[in-house]
Amino acid sequence: MTEPMEKDHSMQLQKEMLGEHFRRLEAAPDTGDPVVYTFVPGNLTELVRSFGALPVLPEINALQSALRGKSAAYIAAAERAGHSEDVCSYVKCDIGMLKSGNIGPTGTRLPRPDLLLLSYTGCYTFMKWFELLREEYDCPIAFLHVPYQGDGRLTADQRDYVVRQLREVVVPALEKATGRPYDEDRLRENLARSAAAEDDLVAVLQSARRRPSPIDSYFGAVYYVGPIFSAFRGTAEGVEYYRALRAEVEERAAAGQGPLTPSGSLDEQRFRLVVEGPPNWTHFREFWKMFSDEGAVVVASTYAKVGGTYDYGFRHDPGDPLGTLADYCSGCYTNRSLPTRVDMLADYVESYGADGFLIHSVKSCNSFSAGQLTILREVEKRTGAPGGFFESDLVDPRYFSAANVKTRLESYFQMLAARRGAAA
Amino acid sequence: MSRAAVVAWAAAIVEDLEFGAARAWKAESPGRHVAGYLPVYAPREIVRAAGMLPVGIHGGGDRLEIIRGDAFYQSYICHLPRSVIELAQSGRLDFLSAMLFPSTCDVIRNLSGVWQILYPDLYVRYLDLPQATDPQIATSFWRAELETLAVGLAGVAGAAFETEKLREAIAVENAVRAAVRDLYRERREAPWRVPTEEMALLLRAGEVVPAETFLAQARAYMAAPEEGRRRDRCRVIVVGAFCEQPPMGLIKTIERAGCFIVDDDFLLGNRLIAEDVPTEGDPLSNLADSFVRHARASSILYEPDPDGKRRLVARRVAEAEADGVIFASASFCDPALLDRPMLRSGAEAAGIPCMAFKFSENSAQFQQFREQAGTFADSIKLWGNA
Repeated sequence: MTEPMEKDHSMQLQKEMLGEHFRRLEAAPDTGDPVVYTFVPGNLTELVRSFGALPVLPEINALQSALRGKSAAYIAAAERAGHSEDVCSYVKCDIGMLKSGNIGPTGTRLPRPDLLLLSYTGCYTFMKWFELLREEYDCPIAFLHVPYQGDGRLTADQRDYVVRQLREVVVPALEKATGRPYDEDRLRENLARSAAAEDDLVAVLQSARRRPSPIDSYFGAVYYVGPIFSAFRGTAEGVEYYRALRAEVEERAAAGQGPLTPSGSLDEQRFRLVVEGPPNWTHFREFWKMFSDEGAVVVASTYAKVGGTYDYGFRHDPGDPLGTLADYCSGCYTNRSLPTRVDMLADYVESYGADGFLIHSVKSCNSFSAGQLTILREVEKRTGAPGGFFESDLVDPRYFSAANVKTRLESYFQMLAARRGAAA
Repeated sequence: MSRAAVVAWAAAIVEDLEFGAARAWKAESPGRHVAGYLPVYAPREIVRAAGMLPVGIHGGGDRLEIIRGDAFYQSYICHLPRSVIELAQSGRLDFLSAMLFPSTCDVIRNLSGVWQILYPDLYVRYLDLPQATDPQIATSFWRAELETLAVGLAGVAGAAFETEKLREAIAVENAVRAAVRDLYRERREAPWRVPTEEMALLLRAGEVVPAETFLAQARAYMAAPEEGRRRDRCRVIVVGAFCEQPPMGLIKTIERAGCFIVDDDFLLGNRLIAEDVPTEGDPLSNLADSFVRHARASSILYEPDPDGKRRLVARRVAEAEADGVIFASASFCDPALLDRPMLRSGAEAAGIPCMAFKFSENSAQFQQFREQAGTFADSIKLWGNA
């Protein structure tokens, strides 16, 4: 048995928020609350909430299932039903969960969707995922195509394309699914709350520029971004959570403390790292401990930007409700071109004073993984910082080899230490 | 010209990994440019209107040793991008002035960024195909994207974009699409006369040479005296190989194991627009509208019809008068493999025999495929009417 990890107050607060959200979801068939399934990147939570609907995010369910050791069985169920071993394990975990009774991560039953809101942002698999779920649930899809920033920006024509779809396709679909009219004032209020929470989140993420860093911006950031990436953007609970989180982090920073980790409070930080790619969820704590045991803290990560790149200045704008949603969707990390991703990583390495950067490449996610070896070379070339590369998966435990990952990380940390010694 | 001569011509073009035919076209006149495109669909009309030769870059197949490409892609990513990188890093694509990356999947999408990084002086463009469900919104978006591409390529060629040239290019591509449709129809009606290995070679060659050359060869092939003889084989459609192309050996293996391929997804881009594009009026709007309204259902595009996936294979089987379906997907191909459960369940619900396997463009051992396809063909013949 591993010792339970000491938790921050904000982690407890988030746990309560999530628990309440899943209780409301379970009760939705009785309360009549409409339910909208959607994805994290490009999620339109403010809009969904403005219709009084409750969002369900299948990736979150999949990763939560993995954290609770349930994903292997779910994936096996999906593969028995004909899904290929080659494809995204999030999809298979979700479908396996559905075929196993659709009991969500907190042990409550998930309701059927009234609408699948397919915001097609930054990931091809999303499109197939909801086509597959449509077969299972026999429910409508509202499809929003968000163009990829192939040239590193969203053009005016592309922005107009997204806004028109929002206005002429997505909003009417939400009206039909919920039986409620579009209320732009309510949307504006939600967007204003989002912007307030985003200010606090950015302050938290950028606190990692301090030494020691009071946060871990990869493993710890999973908790920090949880509410804003999922059901709570634009809500009063979300605003309250981020205010509390920021105060907690500032308090820790003032006391010169590092983040709480599986190895305890990481006040002595030997290595400051930038990480690209999502975490492994099946061995999350063990994975984190491989870093914290070595005194390695992650000061910036790209995974913390999949649900929005707020640290580059974007805030939801209540003055332009649908336009700002288009900008938001387009700017999510995996919707950005590879050269832009290289720019971001190089900037993180330099502005956060990192000793090096690591790429965790996951088998499941071509959106992240295809091209990462080029990213590795480019960021090394641009920054001179040493890069490391290791592989596993999101929620399929068959692809997490603890011994291999640990060996690679230890070798990498030894190399960093040797470089530091040589430079001294 | 005999069919054998056409096939020999095509084989020589396809086997030439130096793209000699395209290089020769470029060398014929100073100032000529060539634009490459990745699968599945690129608007070749736009390339042609810029005075450039569109050339399909469909990987290195089983003839290219991967030396540099594996340093760019992890083992769990399909083979196509590593062989395309290998072609480029070995200088075999140095005759290209532009490279287009359609929105086939995230691997090809991200390959566009790799190209931007590796070849900063080249015109590189990611083509986000229109997916919006409202045809007017989709057409408006795609027209703007096409215009951006047209102006960009014209700039590469050192000329201004001219709508009249686009109109001419649409007419040429209409002829190409019609020839491809004719080939498919002839094979469907008499597959013993049009072995798929021959047709696939001809179509692959058509991706590399000027349209006029392809049209001449395709017409010669169809006009040549009938060859081949009827055989007692079952009729199958091969679904899922629309991007990374199967090795010719695999196609031969399927047909020699007792199957006639009577429909397939190979090089789907050459017929993705199912009807002629109008040449009257604004050609950019016509091209955009034709794609939005007449693109064939495929794994690379969103399917708005809730029953569309379930019905698709059954409809194709009926149209091809096929006996069964072979799902042949490239390993790690997200579009094909994520679609497969939906397509297969629809086919099986309609009582259509199905089998599935995965391949790689450089697969070299075909014994397993022969056994599978042979068993499949036998089972259809023995129990097909049971």
